[in-house]
Amino acid sequence: MSFITGVGLTSYGKHEGSSSLDLMSKAAELAIADAGLKRSEIDGILCGYSTVSPHIMLATVFAEHFGIQPSYAHAVQVGGATGLAMTMLAHHLVDAGVAKHVLVVGGENRLTGQSRDASIQALAQVGHPDYEVTLGPTIPAYYGLVASRYMHEYGVTQEDLAEFAVLMRAHALTHPGAQFHEPITVADVMASKPVAMPLKLLDCCPVSDGGAAFVVSRERTGATGIRVRGCAQAHTHQHVTAAPALSELGAEIAIARAKAASGVAISDVRCAAVYDSFTITLAMLLEDLGLAGRGEAAARVRAGHFGREGAMPLNTHGGLLSYGHCGVGGAMAHLVETHLQMTERAGPRQVRDASVALLHGDGGVLSSHVSMFLERVR
Amino acid sequence: MTDKLADWTRGAEAIVYQSCGACGAVQYFHRRFCTTCGAPDPMEKRASGTATVYATSLVCRAATPETRAHVPYNIVLVDAAEGFRMMAHGDNDLAIGDKVTVSYRPFAGRLVPYFEKT
Repeated sequence: MSFITGVGLTSYGKHEGSSSLDLMSKAAELAIADAGLKRSEIDGILCGYSTVSPHIMLATVFAEHFGIQPSYAHAVQVGGATGLAMTMLAHHLVDAGVAKHVLVVGGENRLTGQSRDASIQALAQVGHPDYEVTLGPTIPAYYGLVASRYMHEYGVTQEDLAEFAVLMRAHALTHPGAQFHEPITVADVMASKPVAMPLKLLDCCPVSDGGAAFVVSRERTGATGIRVRGCAQAHTHQHVTAAPALSELGAEIAIARAKAASGVAISDVRCAAVYDSFTITLAMLLEDLGLAGRGEAAARVRAGHFGREGAMPLNTHGGLLSYGHCGVGGAMAHLVETHLQMTERAGPRQVRDASVALLHGDGGVLSSHVSMFLERVR
Repeated sequence: MTDKLADWTRGAEAIVYQSCGACGAVQYFHRRFCTTCGAPDPMEKRASGTATVYATSLVCRAATPETRAHVPYNIVLVDAAEGFRMMAHGDNDLAIGDKVTVSYRPFAGRLVPYFEKT
Protein backbone atom coordinates (compact mmCIF):
# COMPACT_ATOMS: atom_id res chain seq x y z
CA MET A 1 0.00 0.00 0.00
CA SER A 2 1.16 3.57 -0.59
CA PHE A 3 -0.19 7.06 -0.08
CA ILE A 4 0.54 10.45 -1.65
CA THR A 5 1.08 12.27 1.65
CA GLY A 6 2.14 15.72 0.47
CA VAL A 7 2.31 17.84 -2.65
CA GLY A 8 4.15 21.00 -3.68
CA LEU A 9 3.87 23.16 -6.77
CA THR A 10 5.36 26.47 -7.86
CA SER A 11 3.66 28.84 -10.24
CA TYR A 12 4.55 28.12 -13.89
CA GLY A 13 5.81 30.75 -16.30
CA LYS A 14 8.92 32.87 -15.82
CA HIS A 15 11.13 32.38 -12.77
CA GLU A 16 13.97 34.65 -13.85
CA GLY A 17 17.21 33.79 -12.05
CA SER A 18 16.01 30.43 -10.68
CA SER A 19 18.00 27.31 -11.59
CA SER A 20 16.50 23.86 -12.05
CA LEU A 21 17.78 22.94 -8.57
CA ASP A 22 16.15 26.09 -7.11
CA LEU A 23 12.78 25.15 -8.59
CA MET A 24 13.09 21.52 -7.49
CA SER A 25 14.05 22.65 -3.97
CA LYS A 26 11.13 25.04 -3.70
CA ALA A 27 8.61 22.37 -4.74
CA ALA A 28 10.26 19.74 -2.51
CA GLU A 29 10.08 22.00 0.54
CA LEU A 30 6.38 22.61 -0.07
CA ALA A 31 5.66 18.90 -0.51
CA ILE A 32 7.53 17.82 2.63
CA ALA A 33 5.81 20.49 4.71
CA ASP A 34 2.45 19.50 3.21
CA ALA A 35 3.07 15.91 4.31
CA GLY A 36 3.84 17.13 7.82
CA LEU A 37 7.31 15.61 7.65
CA LYS A 38 10.86 16.81 8.33
CA ARG A 39 13.55 16.63 5.66
CA SER A 40 15.39 14.04 7.74
CA GLU A 41 12.42 11.68 7.43
CA ILE A 42 12.78 11.48 3.63
CA ASP A 43 14.71 8.26 2.93
CA GLY A 44 14.17 7.98 -0.82
CA ILE A 45 14.52 10.45 -3.70
CA LEU A 46 13.36 10.07 -7.28
CA CYS A 47 13.86 12.93 -9.70
CA GLY A 48 13.51 13.50 -13.42
CA TYR A 49 15.90 15.33 -15.71
CA SER A 50 16.62 18.88 -16.77
CA THR A 51 17.31 19.70 -20.42
CA VAL A 52 18.82 23.02 -19.29
CA SER A 53 21.22 21.41 -16.79
CA PRO A 54 21.78 17.81 -17.86
CA HIS A 55 23.63 15.64 -15.33
CA ILE A 56 24.34 11.93 -15.16
CA MET A 57 23.45 11.84 -11.41
CA LEU A 58 20.73 14.43 -10.90
CA ALA A 59 19.14 12.68 -7.90
CA THR A 60 22.33 12.80 -5.83
CA VAL A 61 23.12 16.31 -7.05
CA PHE A 62 19.70 17.31 -5.78
CA ALA A 63 19.98 15.32 -2.52
CA GLU A 64 23.29 17.01 -1.68
CA HIS A 65 21.94 20.44 -2.66
CA PHE A 66 18.78 19.92 -0.61
CA GLY A 67 20.62 18.45 2.38
CA ILE A 68 19.34 14.88 2.43
CA GLN A 69 21.29 11.60 2.59
CA PRO A 70 18.71 9.12 1.33
CA SER A 71 19.00 5.33 1.38
CA TYR A 72 17.59 5.17 -2.17
CA ALA A 73 18.02 7.72 -4.98
CA HIS A 74 18.21 7.94 -8.75
CA ALA A 75 16.78 9.77 -11.74
CA VAL A 76 14.09 8.48 -14.06
CA GLN A 77 13.65 9.44 -17.73
CA VAL A 78 10.51 8.65 -19.69
CA GLY A 79 9.83 12.06 -21.21
CA GLY A 80 6.41 13.42 -20.31
CA ALA A 81 5.49 10.17 -18.54
CA THR A 82 8.36 10.62 -16.06
CA GLY A 83 6.27 12.10 -13.23
CA LEU A 84 3.79 9.24 -13.13
CA ALA A 85 6.51 6.65 -13.78
CA MET A 86 8.35 7.97 -10.71
CA THR A 87 5.12 7.84 -8.71
CA MET A 88 4.58 4.24 -9.79
CA LEU A 89 8.13 3.35 -8.77
CA ALA A 90 7.78 5.17 -5.43
CA HIS A 91 4.54 3.26 -4.84
CA HIS A 92 6.30 -0.07 -5.36
CA LEU A 93 9.35 1.02 -3.32
CA VAL A 94 7.37 1.92 -0.22
CA ASP A 95 5.08 -1.06 -0.71
CA ALA A 96 8.15 -3.34 -0.80
CA GLY A 97 9.60 -1.72 2.31
CA VAL A 98 12.64 -0.26 0.54
CA ALA A 99 11.84 3.24 1.79
CA LYS A 100 9.28 4.90 4.07
CA HIS A 101 8.94 8.33 2.50
CA VAL A 102 10.00 8.82 -1.12
CA LEU A 103 10.33 12.38 -2.38
CA VAL A 104 9.41 12.61 -6.07
CA VAL A 105 10.62 15.86 -7.58
CA GLY A 106 10.88 17.60 -10.95
CA GLY A 107 11.69 21.16 -11.90
CA GLU A 108 13.36 23.11 -14.64
CA ASN A 109 14.02 26.70 -15.73
CA ARG A 110 13.21 25.63 -19.28
CA LEU A 111 11.80 29.02 -20.31
CA THR A 112 14.40 31.46 -19.00
CA GLY A 113 17.37 29.05 -18.85
CA GLN A 114 17.64 28.62 -22.62
CA SER A 115 16.20 30.02 -25.84
CA ARG A 116 12.89 28.70 -27.20
CA ASP A 117 14.78 27.41 -30.23
CA ALA A 118 17.13 25.47 -27.94
CA SER A 119 14.14 23.94 -26.14
CA ILE A 120 12.41 22.99 -29.38
CA GLN A 121 15.63 21.52 -30.75
CA ALA A 122 16.47 19.59 -27.58
CA LEU A 123 13.02 18.02 -27.58
CA ALA A 124 13.10 17.15 -31.30
CA GLN A 125 15.96 14.80 -30.44
CA VAL A 126 13.43 12.22 -29.25
CA GLY A 127 13.26 11.51 -32.98
CA HIS A 128 15.49 8.98 -34.73
CA PRO A 129 18.90 10.63 -35.29
CA ASP A 130 19.40 9.24 -38.83
CA TYR A 131 15.93 8.60 -40.20
CA GLU A 132 13.90 11.44 -38.63
CA VAL A 133 15.87 14.30 -37.05
CA THR A 134 17.74 14.91 -40.35
CA LEU A 135 14.40 15.85 -41.94
CA GLY A 136 13.90 18.84 -39.63
CA PRO A 137 10.82 17.74 -37.69
CA THR A 138 9.87 19.33 -34.37
CA ILE A 139 7.88 17.86 -31.48
CA PRO A 140 4.76 19.64 -32.79
CA ALA A 141 5.43 18.01 -36.18
CA TYR A 142 5.60 14.51 -34.66
CA TYR A 143 2.25 15.17 -33.01
CA GLY A 144 1.00 16.97 -36.11
CA LEU A 145 1.56 13.73 -38.05
CA VAL A 146 -0.41 11.76 -35.48
CA ALA A 147 -3.12 14.44 -35.49
CA SER A 148 -3.52 14.34 -39.27
CA ARG A 149 -4.01 10.59 -39.16
CA TYR A 150 -6.34 10.64 -36.17
CA MET A 151 -8.49 13.35 -37.77
CA HIS A 152 -8.57 11.35 -41.00
CA GLU A 153 -9.62 8.08 -39.34
CA TYR A 154 -12.14 9.45 -36.84
CA GLY A 155 -13.50 12.58 -38.52
CA VAL A 156 -12.08 14.96 -35.89
CA THR A 157 -11.73 18.60 -37.05
CA GLN A 158 -9.34 21.43 -36.13
CA GLU A 159 -12.29 23.16 -34.46
CA ASP A 160 -12.79 20.03 -32.35
CA LEU A 161 -9.17 20.15 -31.20
CA ALA A 162 -9.48 23.86 -30.42
CA GLU A 163 -12.13 23.04 -27.80
CA PHE A 164 -9.48 21.41 -25.61
CA ALA A 165 -7.28 24.52 -25.66
CA VAL A 166 -10.28 26.66 -24.73
CA LEU A 167 -11.24 24.31 -21.88
CA MET A 168 -7.72 24.20 -20.45
CA ARG A 169 -7.51 28.00 -20.61
CA ALA A 170 -10.88 28.36 -18.86
CA HIS A 171 -9.56 26.16 -16.06
CA ALA A 172 -6.26 28.05 -15.84
CA LEU A 173 -8.15 31.32 -15.32
CA THR A 174 -9.17 30.04 -11.88
CA HIS A 175 -5.62 29.13 -10.80
CA PRO A 176 -3.31 31.98 -9.75
CA GLY A 177 -0.21 29.86 -10.50
CA ALA A 178 -1.05 29.27 -14.16
CA GLN A 179 1.12 30.73 -16.93
CA PHE A 180 -1.84 32.15 -18.88
CA HIS A 181 -4.68 34.29 -17.58
CA GLU A 182 -6.32 35.62 -20.73
CA PRO A 183 -9.46 33.78 -21.89
CA ILE A 184 -9.40 32.36 -25.43
CA THR A 185 -12.05 31.20 -27.89
CA VAL A 186 -12.16 28.54 -30.60
CA ALA A 187 -11.76 31.38 -33.11
CA ASP A 188 -8.58 32.52 -31.32
CA VAL A 189 -7.13 29.01 -31.54
CA MET A 190 -8.06 28.75 -35.22
CA ALA A 191 -6.47 32.15 -35.95
CA SER A 192 -3.27 31.47 -34.01
CA LYS A 193 -0.03 31.06 -35.94
CA PRO A 194 0.50 27.75 -37.71
CA VAL A 195 3.26 25.72 -36.02
CA ALA A 196 3.07 22.21 -37.51
CA MET A 197 -0.27 21.76 -39.22
CA PRO A 198 -2.87 20.83 -38.22
CA LEU A 199 -1.45 22.17 -34.93
CA LYS A 200 -1.38 25.92 -34.37
CA LEU A 201 0.24 27.89 -31.57
CA LEU A 202 -2.71 27.60 -29.19
CA ASP A 203 -2.90 23.83 -29.81
CA CYS A 204 0.58 23.58 -28.28
CA CYS A 205 1.63 23.78 -24.64
CA PRO A 206 4.06 26.55 -23.77
CA VAL A 207 7.63 26.27 -22.51
CA SER A 208 7.72 27.18 -18.79
CA ASP A 209 9.85 27.47 -15.69
CA GLY A 210 8.47 25.63 -12.69
CA GLY A 211 8.77 22.84 -10.17
CA ALA A 212 6.54 20.17 -8.68
CA ALA A 213 7.04 17.53 -6.00
CA PHE A 214 5.22 15.02 -3.88
CA VAL A 215 5.92 12.58 -1.08
CA VAL A 216 4.88 8.94 -1.43
CA SER A 217 4.70 7.17 1.92
CA ARG A 218 3.94 3.73 3.29
CA GLU A 219 1.41 5.13 5.77
CA ARG A 220 -0.79 8.19 5.56
CA THR A 221 0.42 11.19 7.57
CA GLY A 222 -2.91 13.07 7.75
CA ALA A 223 -6.55 12.27 8.47
CA THR A 224 -7.37 11.86 4.77
CA GLY A 225 -5.35 9.28 2.87
CA ILE A 226 -4.82 9.50 -0.88
CA ARG A 227 -3.98 5.95 -1.78
CA VAL A 228 -2.39 4.67 -4.98
CA ARG A 229 -4.97 2.07 -5.88
CA GLY A 230 -3.12 0.67 -8.89
CA CYS A 231 -0.99 1.65 -11.85
CA ALA A 232 0.55 0.22 -15.00
CA GLN A 233 2.69 1.15 -17.98
CA ALA A 234 2.97 0.35 -21.69
CA HIS A 235 5.80 1.14 -24.10
CA THR A 236 5.12 0.31 -27.73
CA HIS A 237 7.82 2.27 -29.60
CA GLN A 238 10.07 5.31 -29.35
CA HIS A 239 9.88 6.95 -32.79
CA VAL A 240 6.66 7.99 -34.54
CA THR A 241 7.87 6.17 -37.67
CA ALA A 242 7.76 2.93 -35.66
CA ALA A 243 4.45 3.63 -33.90
CA PRO A 244 1.75 0.97 -34.17
CA ALA A 245 -1.70 1.64 -35.66
CA LEU A 246 -3.86 4.18 -33.79
CA SER A 247 -5.97 1.35 -32.43
CA GLU A 248 -2.93 -0.33 -30.87
CA LEU A 249 -1.32 2.57 -29.00
CA GLY A 250 0.01 2.23 -25.47
CA ALA A 251 -2.65 4.22 -23.60
CA GLU A 252 -5.23 1.50 -24.19
CA ILE A 253 -2.78 -1.15 -23.06
CA ALA A 254 -1.69 0.78 -19.94
CA ILE A 255 -5.25 1.54 -18.83
CA ALA A 256 -6.31 -2.09 -19.31
CA ARG A 257 -3.38 -3.20 -17.14
CA ALA A 258 -4.11 -0.51 -14.52
CA LYS A 259 -7.74 -1.57 -14.34
CA ALA A 260 -6.65 -5.18 -13.84
CA ALA A 261 -4.09 -4.15 -11.19
CA SER A 262 -6.55 -2.03 -9.23
CA GLY A 263 -9.99 -3.51 -9.79
CA VAL A 264 -11.18 0.01 -10.65
CA ALA A 265 -13.49 0.57 -13.63
CA ILE A 266 -13.79 3.80 -15.63
CA SER A 267 -17.34 4.10 -14.26
CA ASP A 268 -15.83 4.41 -10.74
CA VAL A 269 -13.70 7.43 -11.72
CA ARG A 270 -14.93 10.83 -10.53
CA CYS A 271 -12.22 13.16 -11.91
CA ALA A 272 -9.33 12.88 -14.33
CA ALA A 273 -5.90 14.35 -15.02
CA VAL A 274 -4.64 13.49 -18.49
CA TYR A 275 -1.46 14.50 -20.33
CA ASP A 276 -2.15 17.37 -22.70
CA SER A 277 1.07 18.45 -24.43
CA PHE A 278 -1.05 19.27 -27.48
CA THR A 279 -4.79 19.40 -28.02
CA ILE A 280 -4.54 16.22 -30.12
CA THR A 281 -2.75 14.44 -27.26
CA LEU A 282 -5.62 15.15 -24.90
CA ALA A 283 -8.31 14.26 -27.45
CA MET A 284 -6.68 10.95 -28.31
CA LEU A 285 -5.83 9.95 -24.75
CA LEU A 286 -9.36 10.67 -23.47
CA GLU A 287 -10.71 8.38 -26.17
CA ASP A 288 -8.01 5.72 -25.70
CA LEU A 289 -8.67 5.68 -21.94
CA GLY A 290 -12.40 5.25 -22.41
CA LEU A 291 -13.35 8.67 -21.00
CA ALA A 292 -15.08 9.39 -24.33
CA GLY A 293 -16.07 7.35 -27.36
CA ARG A 294 -13.96 7.46 -30.54
CA GLY A 295 -14.15 10.90 -32.12
CA GLU A 296 -16.54 12.06 -29.38
CA ALA A 297 -14.25 13.78 -26.87
CA ALA A 298 -14.74 17.26 -28.36
CA ALA A 299 -18.51 16.92 -28.21
CA ARG A 300 -18.16 16.05 -24.54
CA VAL A 301 -16.07 19.19 -23.99
CA ARG A 302 -18.78 21.29 -25.68
CA ALA A 303 -21.40 19.67 -23.45
CA GLY A 304 -19.46 20.65 -20.32
CA HIS A 305 -18.63 17.05 -19.40
CA PHE A 306 -14.98 17.82 -18.56
CA GLY A 307 -15.59 21.16 -16.83
CA ARG A 308 -15.33 21.75 -13.09
CA GLU A 309 -19.10 21.28 -12.74
CA GLY A 310 -19.25 18.45 -15.25
CA ALA A 311 -19.49 14.71 -14.76
CA MET A 312 -15.74 14.21 -15.27
CA PRO A 313 -13.74 17.29 -14.23
CA LEU A 314 -10.45 17.24 -16.16
CA ASN A 315 -7.14 19.03 -15.50
CA THR A 316 -8.83 21.63 -13.33
CA HIS A 317 -5.56 23.59 -12.96
CA GLY A 318 -5.35 24.21 -16.71
CA GLY A 319 -3.07 21.35 -17.75
CA LEU A 320 0.12 21.64 -19.72
CA LEU A 321 -1.72 23.71 -22.31
CA SER A 322 -2.46 26.60 -19.94
CA TYR A 323 -0.95 25.98 -16.47
CA GLY A 324 2.32 25.37 -18.31
CA HIS A 325 4.95 22.78 -19.15
CA CYS A 326 8.36 22.86 -17.49
CA GLY A 327 9.43 19.36 -18.56
CA VAL A 328 9.25 16.65 -15.91
CA GLY A 329 7.39 18.94 -13.51
CA GLY A 330 4.81 19.73 -16.19
CA ALA A 331 2.61 16.68 -15.82
CA MET A 332 3.44 16.39 -12.10
CA ALA A 333 1.22 19.45 -11.67
CA HIS A 334 -1.66 17.19 -12.77
CA LEU A 335 -1.05 14.96 -9.75
CA VAL A 336 -0.63 17.93 -7.40
CA GLU A 337 -3.96 19.32 -8.58
CA THR A 338 -5.62 15.91 -8.25
CA HIS A 339 -4.33 15.65 -4.67
CA LEU A 340 -5.72 19.08 -3.82
CA GLN A 341 -9.07 18.06 -5.29
CA MET A 342 -9.13 14.74 -3.45
CA THR A 343 -8.26 16.39 -0.13
CA GLU A 344 -10.83 19.13 -0.80
CA ARG A 345 -8.27 21.94 -0.77
CA ALA A 346 -8.77 23.20 -4.33
CA GLY A 347 -10.60 26.35 -3.21
CA PRO A 348 -12.60 27.97 -6.01
CA ARG A 349 -11.63 25.08 -8.31
CA GLN A 350 -13.00 22.40 -5.98
CA VAL A 351 -15.08 19.75 -7.73
CA ARG A 352 -18.07 18.04 -6.10
CA ASP A 353 -16.63 14.54 -5.89
CA ALA A 354 -12.97 13.67 -6.26
CA SER A 355 -13.07 10.37 -4.37
CA VAL A 356 -11.54 8.33 -7.21
CA ALA A 357 -9.20 9.82 -9.83
CA LEU A 358 -7.60 8.58 -13.02
CA LEU A 359 -4.24 9.99 -14.07
CA HIS A 360 -2.45 9.31 -17.34
CA GLY A 361 0.95 10.36 -18.63
CA ASP A 362 2.50 10.07 -22.08
CA GLY A 363 6.16 10.35 -23.06
CA GLY A 364 7.86 10.67 -26.45
CA VAL A 365 5.36 10.54 -29.30
CA LEU A 366 2.66 8.49 -27.56
CA SER A 367 5.57 6.11 -26.91
CA SER A 368 5.52 5.57 -23.14
CA HIS A 369 2.34 5.48 -21.08
CA VAL A 370 1.54 5.34 -17.37
CA SER A 371 -2.04 5.01 -16.08
CA MET A 372 -2.80 5.38 -12.37
CA PHE A 373 -5.87 5.26 -10.14
CA LEU A 374 -5.92 7.16 -6.84
CA GLU A 375 -8.61 6.80 -4.19
CA ARG A 376 -9.45 8.73 -1.06
CA VAL A 377 -9.64 6.80 2.22
CA ARG A 378 -10.71 8.34 5.51
CA MET B 1 26.55 -9.39 -42.70
CA THR B 2 25.51 -8.46 -46.23
CA ASP B 3 27.16 -5.46 -47.88
CA LYS B 4 25.71 -2.14 -46.79
CA LEU B 5 23.98 -0.28 -49.59
CA ALA B 6 24.31 3.48 -49.42
CA ASP B 7 21.01 5.30 -48.88
CA TRP B 8 19.81 8.90 -48.45
CA THR B 9 21.02 9.03 -44.84
CA ARG B 10 24.53 8.63 -46.34
CA GLY B 11 24.07 11.01 -49.25
CA ALA B 12 22.94 8.54 -51.95
CA GLU B 13 19.71 8.88 -53.94
CA ALA B 14 18.19 5.70 -52.54
CA ILE B 15 15.91 4.30 -49.86
CA VAL B 16 17.29 1.07 -48.44
CA TYR B 17 15.35 -1.26 -46.16
CA GLN B 18 16.15 -4.61 -44.60
CA SER B 19 14.44 -7.93 -45.24
CA CYS B 20 14.87 -10.96 -43.01
CA GLY B 21 15.99 -14.14 -44.79
CA ALA B 22 14.59 -16.27 -41.99
CA CYS B 23 11.08 -14.90 -41.38
CA GLY B 24 10.56 -12.48 -44.26
CA ALA B 25 9.83 -9.44 -42.06
CA VAL B 26 10.89 -6.03 -43.38
CA GLN B 27 12.27 -3.14 -41.33
CA TYR B 28 13.33 0.41 -42.15
CA PHE B 29 15.60 1.39 -39.25
CA HIS B 30 18.74 -0.60 -39.96
CA ARG B 31 20.07 -3.09 -37.42
CA ARG B 32 22.31 -6.14 -37.45
CA PHE B 33 19.35 -8.39 -36.63
CA CYS B 34 15.66 -8.86 -37.43
CA THR B 35 13.44 -7.26 -34.77
CA THR B 36 10.65 -9.74 -35.49
CA CYS B 37 12.52 -13.05 -35.08
CA GLY B 38 16.01 -12.06 -33.94
CA ALA B 39 17.83 -13.72 -36.85
CA PRO B 40 21.16 -12.05 -37.70
CA ASP B 41 22.16 -10.20 -40.87
CA PRO B 42 18.94 -9.15 -42.59
CA MET B 43 19.37 -8.52 -46.35
CA GLU B 44 19.62 -4.94 -47.54
CA LYS B 45 17.34 -4.02 -50.42
CA ARG B 46 16.71 -0.88 -52.44
CA ALA B 47 13.11 0.25 -52.29
CA SER B 48 11.15 1.12 -55.45
CA GLY B 49 10.34 4.59 -54.11
CA THR B 50 6.59 4.21 -54.53
CA ALA B 51 4.41 4.64 -51.49
CA THR B 52 1.08 5.75 -50.01
CA VAL B 53 0.79 8.79 -47.73
CA TYR B 54 -0.03 7.76 -44.13
CA ALA B 55 0.20 11.14 -42.37
CA THR B 56 1.34 14.71 -43.01
CA SER B 57 2.38 17.76 -41.02
CA LEU B 58 3.32 21.06 -42.63
CA VAL B 59 6.10 22.56 -40.52
CA CYS B 60 5.70 26.34 -40.31
CA ARG B 61 7.91 26.96 -37.28
CA ALA B 62 11.41 25.47 -37.43
CA ALA B 63 14.01 25.52 -34.68
CA THR B 64 17.34 26.06 -36.50
CA PRO B 65 18.53 28.70 -39.01
CA GLU B 66 19.26 25.93 -41.59
CA THR B 67 15.77 24.44 -41.43
CA ARG B 68 14.03 27.83 -41.09
CA ALA B 69 15.20 28.71 -44.59
CA HIS B 70 12.92 25.95 -45.94
CA VAL B 71 9.72 26.84 -44.05
CA PRO B 72 7.03 25.77 -44.73
CA TYR B 73 8.02 22.17 -45.49
CA ASN B 74 5.82 19.12 -45.35
CA ILE B 75 6.92 16.22 -43.14
CA VAL B 76 5.19 13.03 -44.23
CA LEU B 77 4.97 9.44 -43.12
CA VAL B 78 4.53 7.13 -46.09
CA ASP B 79 3.88 3.41 -46.36
CA ALA B 80 6.32 2.06 -48.94
CA ALA B 81 5.15 -0.50 -51.50
CA GLU B 82 7.59 -2.96 -49.86
CA GLY B 83 5.69 -2.83 -46.54
CA PHE B 84 7.67 -0.51 -44.29
CA ARG B 85 6.83 3.02 -43.06
CA MET B 86 9.23 5.93 -43.37
CA MET B 87 9.44 9.66 -42.70
CA ALA B 88 10.26 12.00 -45.58
CA HIS B 89 9.38 15.32 -47.16
CA GLY B 90 6.63 15.82 -49.68
CA ASP B 91 4.60 18.33 -51.65
CA ASN B 92 2.70 20.73 -49.39
CA ASP B 93 -0.69 19.66 -50.75
CA LEU B 94 -0.32 15.90 -50.27
CA ALA B 95 -3.32 14.19 -48.66
CA ILE B 96 -3.54 10.96 -46.71
CA GLY B 97 -4.02 8.05 -49.11
CA ASP B 98 -2.27 9.72 -52.06
CA LYS B 99 -0.08 7.41 -54.15
CA VAL B 100 3.36 8.99 -54.30
CA THR B 101 6.80 8.53 -55.86
CA VAL B 102 10.14 9.62 -54.46
CA SER B 103 12.74 12.06 -55.74
CA TYR B 104 15.56 13.70 -53.78
CA ARG B 105 15.96 17.34 -52.84
CA PRO B 106 18.49 19.33 -50.85
CA PHE B 107 17.40 20.26 -47.32
CA ALA B 108 19.53 21.92 -44.64
CA GLY B 109 22.80 20.86 -46.27
CA ARG B 110 21.87 17.29 -47.21
CA LEU B 111 19.76 15.27 -49.61
CA VAL B 112 16.36 14.08 -48.36
CA PRO B 113 13.66 11.87 -49.90
CA TYR B 114 10.82 13.99 -51.33
CA PHE B 115 7.49 12.48 -52.37
CA GLU B 116 5.17 13.79 -55.09
CA LYS B 117 1.89 12.42 -56.41
CA THR B 118 2.46 9.54 -58.84
